[in-house]
Amino acid sequence: MPIIIDLLPLIGTLLVITTSFGLLINRDWRWMICLLGIQYIAVAMLTSPSWPLQMSIIKMIAGWMSSAVLGMAIASVAPDRGREDSFWPSGRLFRLLAAIMITAAVLSAVPTIGDLIPDLSTTTLTGGMILISLGLLHLGLTAQPFRISIGLLTLLAGFEIIYASVETSILVAGLLAGVNIGLGLIGAYMITAPELEQEYE
Amino acid sequence: MSTPILWIFVPALMGLVLFFLRRWYRTTVLIGTLTSLVLAIGAILIPINELVHLGPLTFKLSDTLVIFGRRLFLNSQDRPLVILIYILVGFWFSAAFEARAGRMFVPIGLVLVAVWIAALAVEPFLFAALLLELAILLSIPMLSPPGRPPGRGVIRYLIFQTFGMPFILLTGWLLAGVESSPGDTALVTRATILLGFGFIFWLGIFPFHSWLPMMTEEGHPYSISFIFFFLPLMVLLFGLNFLNQYAWLRQSSSVYEALRIGGVIMMLVGGAWAALQSHLGRILGFAILTSTGASLLAISAVPTLELFFAMQIPRALALAVWALGLSVLRKTNWEVVAIHEPDTLAPTSIPKFVPEEAFLFKNIQGMGLRLPLATAAITLATLSFAGYPLLAGFPIFQALWRNLATSAPFVAVLALLGCTGLGIGGLRSLSILVMGLKDSSWHINENWLTATFLIIGILLMISIGLFPHWTLPYAASISNIFSQLKTPSIMP
Repeated sequence: MPIIIDLLPLIGTLLVITTSFGLLINRDWRWMICLLGIQYIAVAMLTSPSWPLQMSIIKMIAGWMSSAVLGMAIASVAPDRGREDSFWPSGRLFRLLAAIMITAAVLSAVPTIGDLIPDLSTTTLTGGMILISLGLLHLGLTAQPFRISIGLLTLLAGFEIIYASVETSILVAGLLAGVNIGLGLIGAYMITAPELEQEYE
Repeated sequence: MSTPILWIFVPALMGLVLFFLRRWYRTTVLIGTLTSLVLAIGAILIPINELVHLGPLTFKLSDTLVIFGRRLFLNSQDRPLVILIYILVGFWFSAAFEARAGRMFVPIGLVLVAVWIAALAVEPFLFAALLLELAILLSIPMLSPPGRPPGRGVIRYLIFQTFGMPFILLTGWLLAGVESSPGDTALVTRATILLGFGFIFWLGIFPFHSWLPMMTEEGHPYSISFIFFFLPLMVLLFGLNFLNQYAWLRQSSSVYEALRIGGVIMMLVGGAWAALQSHLGRILGFAILTSTGASLLAISAVPTLELFFAMQIPRALALAVWALGLSVLRKTNWEVVAIHEPDTLAPTSIPKFVPEEAFLFKNIQGMGLRLPLATAAITLATLSFAGYPLLAGFPIFQALWRNLATSAPFVAVLALLGCTGLGIGGLRSLSILVMGLKDSSWHINENWLTATFLIIGILLMISIGLFPHWTLPYAASISNIFSQLKTPSIMP
């Protein structure tokens, strides 16, 4: 059992790399919502060394709630919206290459950043930094509310992993969960806003 | 009963109730306005931490509420600020129906004010960063109303504002380290840089300001002016808490230097761009940028906060009057579209109104002849923002320029140039609005209620400009909240 607990950050980091790459490359909203849900399991794994398990699970549940809200919103707008299949994979290839380059940069920068946050293990820091940088890349590549919400949630998830090692307050955990759910709700609002009834002024 | 319950939870609850009653637009506006004014009167009359006898009822309003081991704290020192906030909110809400600010304006506005006051009250104050982020999320439905896709400006606003929060929270952690070892210059530098980035994102300091003119171009001017009066104010109050709390930050000359540079760049960029715009909404956006710059300069010009707090009343007044004037123009534009496109008035349809084009110079040409009061309000508010004589902004800008002229003459010149640019933008707007055919004549077409609000606003702007001692000393007295930042008076 202790071995599994020790391995959680490593599993979490590997999961985070997989999900954040998947979120960047995938074009089907169904897959993206699933990947976002899995990403929050990884976030809970990565915060578990710093926080009690029940507090880490709060992050996971808040993330799942955001994912569910976003999923319901995009599903309600149009069943096939977000599935932008194209024959040429050039866009995906570009995203994949950009993600690989950014991951390489993060891996090379982690030891230096690790010196600034001594309480955090290299594995956990790597997971957090990958989420932050790929979240930023996501935000830089899109203007769609759905993808913007996912980019912001990814960025915040990365920050929360790092911040969990320095702040263990319950109120902060609650407020950060509130921010995550709020981002999900606002993302859902922005997705569905064009379909809502317009107010005549 | 405690002050946080009265000034945070009551308005939040009222906002929630009004959200479900938003179908009755006028009623929600009336209830929202009355709620704000009653809360302001309550803040004036009810003593804190003393027994209050109200007929058979006796209660004590304590100043603290504990939640999850942290406390919300609003004491007598905070009272002038709470009064000012609720009076300004009531003032803004009162014309919301005339401005057609949207059915969600008042309900969300009340919840926003509650969250902003919670951000002022929470201890440790660093948690306010999370509350400010929640307020930013809450403001999105107000800024991007239903029925339209969110504009680029709103999306950028959400992204940039969300970027700010992690920087501030991480700064909080670093500051704990700085307190224990203030001699560690590397740590101090790191904390200052992180703090700087947080505020750069939150205040939209150049070059992260692009979302602001985009939003004022796309969105409703009244909602935007409400958010962008209170949001920078709350962010700056939060920033002042840092200066008040940490002596090393307060005593660092480089912090004030950075504030001065940031402020003057914002004033210069805002003024220069405002002079070149051909869209009234974008001019408003750059004016907001200029006023945030002026606030930063007011904090940095001399280490006092009197000037900063004193500029809030003229700023609020000019912004609200300007936004109301623009809303009248927008409403008229909408009605023109509705008249010219009768096919679109079918019950299931809506007029083809493009918000981004409502304030283009080519679309507002000559509208001043039909809407003279709205035109006067827009022009005078712009000039008040730019600090022109006889208007509300003048006494403040005069004090600001005077102080800058002695401490940093070059900065004073640049700030003055920024104000001149904004003034040129205002005069260009006026020339376009009153441009018309030779035989066109002036007619007041604003309805009586809108006209009343506009006239009151214009008269208040002129009155405060002529008699600054009526309101400014009160606003300046709010600076007592920040006990560590007290200095001798610099008011004219």
